[in-house]
Amino acid sequence: MIEIEQLSGGYDSKLIVHELSFSVQKGEIFGILGPNGSGKTTLLKMISGIVPASRGSIAVDGRQIKEYTPKELAKKLAVLPQMTPQAFSYTVRETVALGRYAHQNGIFPVWRKEDEQAVMKAMKQTGTLQFAESSIEQLSGGERQRVFLAQALAQEPEILLLDEPTNHLDLSFQKELLDLLKKTANDAGLTVISIFHDLNLASLYCDRLLLMEEGRMSGLGLPSEVLKEESIQKVYKTAIHQRPHPEVPKPQMSILPEKTAQEEAEIRIDETCVQQTSEWISLESPILLKTLSAGVIGAGWGWHRSFVNRHVDKNYWHDAYKEDMKVFLKRYHFDVNETVGMMTAVQLDTAACRFVEVEDVSVFAVVTAGVGNAVDVSRSIEHNRAFLPGTINTWVFANGQLSEEAFVQAVMTATEAKVKALLDKQVKDPLTNSQATGTSTDSILIAATQRGAHQAFAGTISPLGQAIGKAVYECTVEALESNQRGEKKT
Amino acid sequence: MPKPFIQMFSKNKFSAYLFVFIFFIVSVFAGISIGTVQVPVRDIIFLFSHHFFGTPLDGVDASFDNIVWKIRFPRVLLAGLVGASLAVAGAAFQGLLRNPLADPYTLGVSSGASAGAVMVLFFNIQLPWLSGFTLPVVSIAASIVTIFIVILFAQAIERSMKVETIILTGIIFSSFLGAIISLMIALTGEELRQIIGWLLGSVSMRGWDYIQLILPFFLAGTFLLMVHAAELNAMSFGEEKAQYLGVNVRRKKLIVLVAGSILTGAAVAVSGTIGFVGLVVPHFIRLIWGPDHRHLLPLSMLAGAGFLILADLVARTVISPTELPIGVITSVIGAPVFAIILLRKQRKGRGTA
Repeated sequence: MIEIEQLSGGYDSKLIVHELSFSVQKGEIFGILGPNGSGKTTLLKMISGIVPASRGSIAVDGRQIKEYTPKELAKKLAVLPQMTPQAFSYTVRETVALGRYAHQNGIFPVWRKEDEQAVMKAMKQTGTLQFAESSIEQLSGGERQRVFLAQALAQEPEILLLDEPTNHLDLSFQKELLDLLKKTANDAGLTVISIFHDLNLASLYCDRLLLMEEGRMSGLGLPSEVLKEESIQKVYKTAIHQRPHPEVPKPQMSILPEKTAQEEAEIRIDETCVQQTSEWISLESPILLKTLSAGVIGAGWGWHRSFVNRHVDKNYWHDAYKEDMKVFLKRYHFDVNETVGMMTAVQLDTAACRFVEVEDVSVFAVVTAGVGNAVDVSRSIEHNRAFLPGTINTWVFANGQLSEEAFVQAVMTATEAKVKALLDKQVKDPLTNSQATGTSTDSILIAATQRGAHQAFAGTISPLGQAIGKAVYECTVEALESNQRGEKKT
Repeated sequence: MPKPFIQMFSKNKFSAYLFVFIFFIVSVFAGISIGTVQVPVRDIIFLFSHHFFGTPLDGVDASFDNIVWKIRFPRVLLAGLVGASLAVAGAAFQGLLRNPLADPYTLGVSSGASAGAVMVLFFNIQLPWLSGFTLPVVSIAASIVTIFIVILFAQAIERSMKVETIILTGIIFSSFLGAIISLMIALTGEELRQIIGWLLGSVSMRGWDYIQLILPFFLAGTFLLMVHAAELNAMSFGEEKAQYLGVNVRRKKLIVLVAGSILTGAAVAVSGTIGFVGLVVPHFIRLIWGPDHRHLLPLSMLAGAGFLILADLVARTVISPTELPIGVITSVIGAPVFAIILLRKQRKGRGTA
């Protein structure tokens, strides 16, 4: 569709774009990225024929763009600039209808049926039909941008060039606009070339990306190939953290803000943060902790401040147990969005906690353990699927800055410590009468302050792993013992 | 003007044309009828019918024929042509320059025409084969030369000829030519009154010859602008956007500039510099019926013609038998009307800048 070879150019004698070569296929969404002043807009203006190329070639459908007349080019290619100046208050309909200019011929052009259809379709697609008769000056910036998009679509182009199309749009229209472009690209084969300010939007919607740095190509390829942490940090000269999108297999970049001294002050999570009633054990952190957990509420990755282990009856059964948990949390004034919540049928006075410090890292563990439905994992297939409230809930709070790797290893280490405790206490699976490795509904939480010393690992012989192993093992043993005592009493 | 009134008219383009056309016709008949000698409308219609279709005069006073056909009708016609030319040129320049405060004189064309005319008066030039027509012919020639110098100069500064460059160049040339005119006025003796009188503008005692002189320029210029209405619409969104829409910006801009300048030059040549028509009329029309040039240009043409005919009528009757310069009238009426429009617009209205 578009072939660009060895393209250089700029304004007057100053070259802004240097030796770019790439091609864009029909129906592709092609994103152009780069910091301010990297020549993105100049490149777009060269493709649209406003800025002449000083060297190299731009071919559309195998023909040099210089050889197109303005009208021919306007039928092939429409442009949505960042800002369109307007001196007079045309109505929205008049503005969109101007998109048909290139399709009209003759000294006094006739407004044909297909012109009207194209205009109506464009206004419907962009949701601008509702203000067709109002003046564009009465519209907000985002609405205006949609009107000019409708104008570009009314040109019925094969290629659409956009310069930061989502700039003035609010969130829902950003998504709507890009979804519309994606749909048109897929269904009608519209080729979209767009400058993006927002790396994440570009990653989500573009088939391929061009990363520019000082007028030269710095990267070209799939979003996953171009959006690498190191190359983005180098080109944008700023701290960036790359993570996968939670639902879509595309990389997402996060800005890392400079931390203030207050945000770097060390925080220690220990037994002073714990509160206990007959109904719940809670731990309140002064700051949000980074968490990886399998609780009822706040599971997965997250940032949480409150941690609640709720006591429920042995025969507790609730279809919407998550909703029930939220109601419970609200009743006791916990913020549901900032809380990791778990449930247990164990008497809460049997809970055990330990604070263990190894070298530059410390760990505070809280465990409640009952083994009423203990399971031997190697023979768990023999069990039926009765779901009972969790019985060994393990909380690990690490006072340190953990890598994601360390989080995962912490889960392993804590689990191994728990299994070892069950082994030493000789807990048996009542069904198979073999050694149990846990219960059917165990839950775990790893939370870290993300301040203080950096911990890359939490394997069993790393300082963090050693602390976790000791704390979790001792807590679990103690909790099992007090639970057994409690059960004997009753 | 209350808003419902504006809305009622802006909804319907047909009513717009009807309204403006009636205004024009009424102006024509008022212009012919009213004066030191009143000519009844019935007689005017009979006279027109006699001259156009050869019907008998049916007892219309013979002196009326003289007054109407030799004096008032050509005068009204000339005023109409000048008003129409200036209004259309003004509308086109405002659209092209994306500035609602532009007028046909912005680009220095009128200064060129004036300089040519004043030079004829100052040096008392009498070209042998033109005799009485020396002034308007030299004036039109000067205006066309001026616009080409302005365009060439703007192009020398910047090949793409941005409108900003053209405006600046026009202002430079206006000032320069204005200085030359002032110099000639300063050095002049007896012709001072004549020069000032010409500069203030008038359509009196010109006769049919002047109409023949302006008509071809008027037809050519108006036609060229009207067929470029869509391009003017596109160019109101900036030259870049116009190019994206498929307009050959450089060529179309040149055509509009030249056509507008021909209209302005011809109007100035036959009547002197009459201010405000080219600024106020298109502005007013745009405010009521919107900025679409396909309607703005013809509506401005009719309204401009009617406006100048009425202004001329006032100029020659208000302190009759003395005639005021028509430029004084247009400014005296135009400036306050314009001020009121601006005030109203600030408060409500269509929000046209």
